[in-house]
Amino acid sequence: MKSLRLLIPLALFVVLVGFLWAGLGRDPREVPSPLVGKPAPVFDLVQLKQPDKKLSTADMKGQVWLLNVWASWCVSCRVEHPLLVELAKANVVPVIGLNYKDKNDAGIAWLDQNGDPYRLSVVDADGRVGIDWGVYGVPETFVVDKNGVIRYKQIGPITVEALQQKILPLVRELQKA
Amino acid sequence: MKSLAIALLLATASALAQSDAALDARLKKLEEELRCLVCQNQSLADSTAPLAEDLRREVRSLAVAGKDDEQIKQYLVARYGDFVLYDPPVKRITWLLWFGPFVLLAGGAVVWWLIARRRKRGDDDDPTPPSGVDKARELLDSPLE
Repeated sequence: MKSLRLLIPLALFVVLVGFLWAGLGRDPREVPSPLVGKPAPVFDLVQLKQPDKKLSTADMKGQVWLLNVWASWCVSCRVEHPLLVELAKANVVPVIGLNYKDKNDAGIAWLDQNGDPYRLSVVDADGRVGIDWGVYGVPETFVVDKNGVIRYKQIGPITVEALQQKILPLVRELQKA
Repeated sequence: MKSLAIALLLATASALAQSDAALDARLKKLEEELRCLVCQNQSLADSTAPLAEDLRREVRSLAVAGKDDEQIKQYLVARYGDFVLYDPPVKRITWLLWFGPFVLLAGGAVVWWLIARRRKRGDDDDPTPPSGVDKARELLDSPLE
């Protein structure tokens, strides 16, 4: 009994270490989005490459799609870009680009240089739509289902693991639904 | 007539300036309660991040449109979550955050009370067994070799 009592501080210490250890593995920059599970915020924006045309969220109803927020000034967008290009080649799911707080010519030049994986990109020059979507760091990627509900949000660059383990399985599941 | 017009103009201008100052003060106070998403440890009022500038602009336009502080906060929480609030709301998921320290404090008080009570009663939880005392006395009494 006495020796058990002596173990209490050790047990408390182990619990503390457990909390700290779990905390180490978490990224404080990843703020969970309240928008997951909610209808995607509506937009109706001019297209980057065809400024005379628009695209609205209503146009995407009935299909599963990704919204990828990018900008030519965004350094880590370059990291995920090859993956998006691969994804476009596989033709699994349409990716709409949201060109966020960018200059149109800079954005188009960036796509010419790095490849254009987007079905099309729309222009959010002042970041208003970005605010509605809760964007706080570019790149961000949203998975939207057939009913226009946001199902997943990737904060920061898409990684191979995120794509294979989360995004693609989710897309397939949603496409079946 | 002319001087009257000028006086009127001046009065309007100063009224406008006053309401502007009041709005500035109100927004400043509100923005100090909101957290910048990008820098995380700065308030919206202090941050120079581009997103913070956008959000300040957004907050101002909402305020000018007649939204009160609570509505503006709700607007931001709907988009960015409770994270934007420096003062997190009390709800199930934040119970541990709000009440955890008090639970720990109460636990400490209980332990303290238990120890104090035992000391007062004078009984030691870990008395040296009588056999041990005898043994010690025997050792002390035995002549040094």
